[in-house]
Amino acid sequence: MSLNAEEIQHIARLARLKLSDAELERYRPQLEGILDYVGQIQQVADSAKTPSSSLSINTNVTRTDEVTCIPGETAREKFLSPSAMRDGEFLKVPGVFET
Amino acid sequence: MDLTNLTIGRIHEGLLHKDFSAQELTKEYLERIKNKNPSLNAFLAITEKEALASAKEVDSQIAQGIPVNPLTGVPTAVKDVIITKGIKTTAGSKMLETYSPPYDATVIEKLKEEGYVLLGKTNCDEFAMGGSNENSGFGPVKNPWDQSRVPGGSSGGSAAAVAADLAPYALGSDTGGSIRQPASFCGVVGLRCTYGSVSRYGLIAMASSLDQIGVFSRTVEDAETVFNVIKGHDPRDATSISPPPLKVRGGGGSYDVRGLKIGIPQEYVGSHWDAEGIENGVKKRVQEAIAVLEKLGAEVKMISLPHAPQALATYYVIVPSEVSSNLARFDGIRFGGVKEIHTSAYFRDKAKRDDPRQSALIEWYEQQRSHGFGPESKRRIMIGTHALSSGYYDAYYKKAHHVRLLLREDFAKAYQDVDVIACPTSPTVAFKIGAKANDPLAMYLADIFTVAVNLTGLPGISLPCGFAPAPDDDTGSPLKKGETRRGGVELPVGLQLIGKHFDEPLLFRTGKAYQQATDHHLKTPPLS
Repeated sequence: MSLNAEEIQHIARLARLKLSDAELERYRPQLEGILDYVGQIQQVADSAKTPSSSLSINTNVTRTDEVTCIPGETAREKFLSPSAMRDGEFLKVPGVFET
Repeated sequence: MDLTNLTIGRIHEGLLHKDFSAQELTKEYLERIKNKNPSLNAFLAITEKEALASAKEVDSQIAQGIPVNPLTGVPTAVKDVIITKGIKTTAGSKMLETYSPPYDATVIEKLKEEGYVLLGKTNCDEFAMGGSNENSGFGPVKNPWDQSRVPGGSSGGSAAAVAADLAPYALGSDTGGSIRQPASFCGVVGLRCTYGSVSRYGLIAMASSLDQIGVFSRTVEDAETVFNVIKGHDPRDATSISPPPLKVRGGGGSYDVRGLKIGIPQEYVGSHWDAEGIENGVKKRVQEAIAVLEKLGAEVKMISLPHAPQALATYYVIVPSEVSSNLARFDGIRFGGVKEIHTSAYFRDKAKRDDPRQSALIEWYEQQRSHGFGPESKRRIMIGTHALSSGYYDAYYKKAHHVRLLLREDFAKAYQDVDVIACPTSPTVAFKIGAKANDPLAMYLADIFTVAVNLTGLPGISLPCGFAPAPDDDTGSPLKKGETRRGGVELPVGLQLIGKHFDEPLLFRTGKAYQQATDHHLKTPPLS
């Protein structure tokens, strides 16, 4: 299947990727080739049963919603420390509405 | 005492009989890693301090007469998609170049309880996507058998580490063949377990309905030993399952394969072993391997898996779809992120943005992800985004699940006639670094015999079954400038055995029988 520049940019936008014009030209034939190849599954008739997206034989694995309290600073440190955008007790991110 | 080419079994004995201490052993492996890693690039991080501390702990345990388990004090290497608390974990990607996990994966917790010794984290294709380890954000890994060639992927670092005797065993992950294929290219054993048998908690997710952690080792016994430790139900992984109790088979000891029924899929090798695309050397070695099993009493027949020809296409719809979802979390905010972008102030300056009207946050996401991900990750994210998007979902994603179900039914039907399925692990031996870099589809075709296992959740093991010359050396192609040819270099070939769900014990029994009758797994790469 063929993809034009607009369609690829649309996909990139959905995926939050930015492609330069050079990259677009490099990826376009590769993506077209892959989509052509995988398109062969269209020729296969649907199965009689309804497929599920999981391989697991489990269904609806649940656990009770328990509040566990991890004392003091440790929990906060543990979850904030991997972030490079930490600002005290918060993560400071660029504005979503900023224009 | 000679500390080369030790198996887990021999290490355990050696520690018990005080032939060597855990610290001596660990120092030996660390020394070897320091010598060979600059050329192989198998390790992204070498955890010397942690390794020696663990080894010291084990030695004191032994001195106090506390009983040791089979994996106690045994050094290992772990693929960098498995998180290790406090130890940098990158998934082979610049997106996580600064990431230090705040917790351990379940498999790491289990190994820690056994007293394992972590030598380091191994290199891999970025986010486990690839068949050659050339997609790593930190450089390719070299195949210890021929350093101009790939070790396979995505767990190339772990495979190379075990092949080069830098670790007696290593952990990897397998979503489409990422353990079995590099095991085949590097001449080691590679085990991919039944889906659900090893917890995925702490495995950086690539395609959640196909990912499984598995093992590289020199022998089937070793793979079995590690599997028995890392397997098990984990309430933190909702897809993990405790294996149902299996019917105990009749027959002799663990090496008996008399009456074992082996099926060879005609869609893979051709009804008369005449399929195109499989190198002659690979065909011959795999046929010989199956003949060994026949001689030991197994019965061999051709079987049919009618939807096998569509398995690869199905895989490359489902996996990119799951990848596009799983990699959406990488935005450089809560963890990870590309260093230069974090430290630059450009995104606050409207004048520097490509589209000044765009929100700064969206721009942030785009810059982080465009710089943090490599080409293969981007390709798969885009294919998946497209396949899941409105107007295409039915034709691609939904359709692929129908084919996946049909494939499962094919295997279930085949297993009414046979006990185990055999075929080559890969259609080729290790190819040259760069040979497929510009052709993603050619790279995908390397997985043609492995992906069905992941789509169906079955267990698979690759066993070293001999060597074959590389076809590009055979054609007598002229030497490139600066290239030295090691005339007719022989490269490892892998035999793949596929079992029924939770039938790892049968795979182990068959593998052990094969390794008792052959010595391919004992061969080691030439010293460079």
